Amino acid sequence: MPTEPQYVPRSQVLPLDKALEVIDALPGGGVILTKVEEVLNWGRAASIWPLTFGLACCAIEMMQAYATRFDMDRMGIIPRATPRQADCIIVAGRATIKIAPIVRRLWEQMPEPKYVISMGSCATCGGPFYYDNYSILKGIDQVIPVDVYVPGCPPRPEALIEGFLKLQDKIKKEPFLRRRIARAAAAATQA
Amino acid sequence: MALRTEELMLNMGPQHPSTHGVLRMVVTLDGENVVDVQPDIGYLHSSVEKMMENRTYLQNIALVDRGMDYLSAMANEEVWVLACERLGKIEVPERARYIRTIMLELQRISSHLIWLGTFGIDLGAFTAFLWAMRERERIMDLFESATGGRLHHVYFRIGGVFEDLPEGWTDRCEEFCDYFLDRLPEYDELLTGNPIFLARTQGVGVLPLDTAIAMGASGPVARASGLAYDVRKAHPYEVYERVEFDIPVRSEGDCYARYLVRLEEMRQSVRIIRQCLERLPAGEIRSKVAVTLRLPKGEVYARTESPRGDLGIYLVSDGADRPYRVKIRAPAFSNLYALTEMMRGWKVADVIAILGSIDIVLSDVDR
Repeated sequence: MPTEPQYVPRSQVLPLDKALEVIDALPGGGVILTKVEEVLNWGRAASIWPLTFGLACCAIEMMQAYATRFDMDRMGIIPRATPRQADCIIVAGRATIKIAPIVRRLWEQMPEPKYVISMGSCATCGGPFYYDNYSILKGIDQVIPVDVYVPGCPPRPEALIEGFLKLQDKIKKEPFLRRRIARAAAAATQA
Repeated sequence: MALRTEELMLNMGPQHPSTHGVLRMVVTLDGENVVDVQPDIGYLHSSVEKMMENRTYLQNIALVDRGMDYLSAMANEEVWVLACERLGKIEVPERARYIRTIMLELQRISSHLIWLGTFGIDLGAFTAFLWAMRERERIMDLFESATGGRLHHVYFRIGGVFEDLPEGWTDRCEEFCDYFLDRLPEYDELLTGNPIFLARTQGVGVLPLDTAIAMGASGPVARASGLAYDVRKAHPYEVYERVEFDIPVRSEGDCYARYLVRLEEMRQSVRIIRQCLERLPAGEIRSKVAVTLRLPKGEVYARTESPRGDLGIYLVSDGADRPYRVKIRAPAFSNLYALTEMMRGWKVADVIAILGSIDIVLSDVDR
């Protein structure tokens, strides 16, 4: 009668003193020393979750960027349907004066830290709807702060991906943790 | 003793993954049953009709691409240049008319593919979205090599098209037709016989024929209700009277019928494209038209069959180099009218399916 294999917790399989040996044996393995902040930012940059919110034509190219051939999921960019779970909003298309307060509210509903990508000429400055127009907002940056502007009418999916890479660069350089600690310290002294 | 129930007002949109843009629906619910739906539009009103009065006839081609139905930019260009050509009595070379027809039908396929993909997402079939976008990307390649643009082409000109087709384009287009017809049975396997898909669409959101006519519905929505009307047959433009194609008509009027009509329309589009490629004549692609074109005083109404239905432009000219007044008859706007009739009495989950099935584009609704 075969005996049941004994359950061994993973922490005992790899005792800490042997961890270095195992890492060295891995192809390309090694020990790195880094700052906590950088590791955090590396993780944050690789998991930007944008809000699914399309306004106009650019939304179609945004959809295409999520879909076959371009597939932004491979960079950790997964669309979320609610602002509470999102940390980036892509303003894809022209924003009218009627929708502007709603974009603002969506942005306010997102948890910190949050980022804004302005996709296309219309969201950036009004684009082709700049002149002789009474209903289009001349740039979404009048309502919410924009981190990355992606030019084009509409931008190709590659351009949007480039915009995301730029945003990732920005996130990687951010003093995210230091800012958090400073804010907590300020709150503590106030209390 | 029966429990007293209260009606609940529910806001759907403008930010909602299934509203296909920025539509807001105020849904009145009794329990889970829909009592009333009031669509609130205007979130994408771009004042295109007013802007067109301040732009020359040529400049307006770029504007109608973006300002009107952005999923079918070619169809917008077509109706605009058609109106200008009819008012100015401008001849279009044969080759250009064939090229335009090919482009229009490719556009119809790409627009229906987007609809298929988003309709799939609405009903929980994410694979349909990925597959549809894969096919659409092929069409985008064709468009890009011929026109330079993926979504907004600015390809049609008053009196022809901007440029001739690049070398080898017709072969690539032929290749795409073969490829696409191979792929279509996959959709049948994925959706047409899918029990979940059938349960969510069959018999849901029925639009009777008389209501469809009364509400001014057109395109696949009206044809799924039994109205055998297609502008391509009723008022032929370009070369549609010379090619053979059928108009798919269903009598059920439910979401499933609208799905089947669109699927069959894509097959018919491929049929049209193949005939046009076969007969594509050589020769000029554009007649001589001044850049500062002045159309004679008068008015004209041009209508075409866009992927969404009967798309019309009413153009008034006072003899200047820009239009005096333009009125756009948007098919999606009329189809949205029929929405309340379709949704009344259904469950709240069916609201998504019904809205997805009429294929609205808010840019076309609001303009």
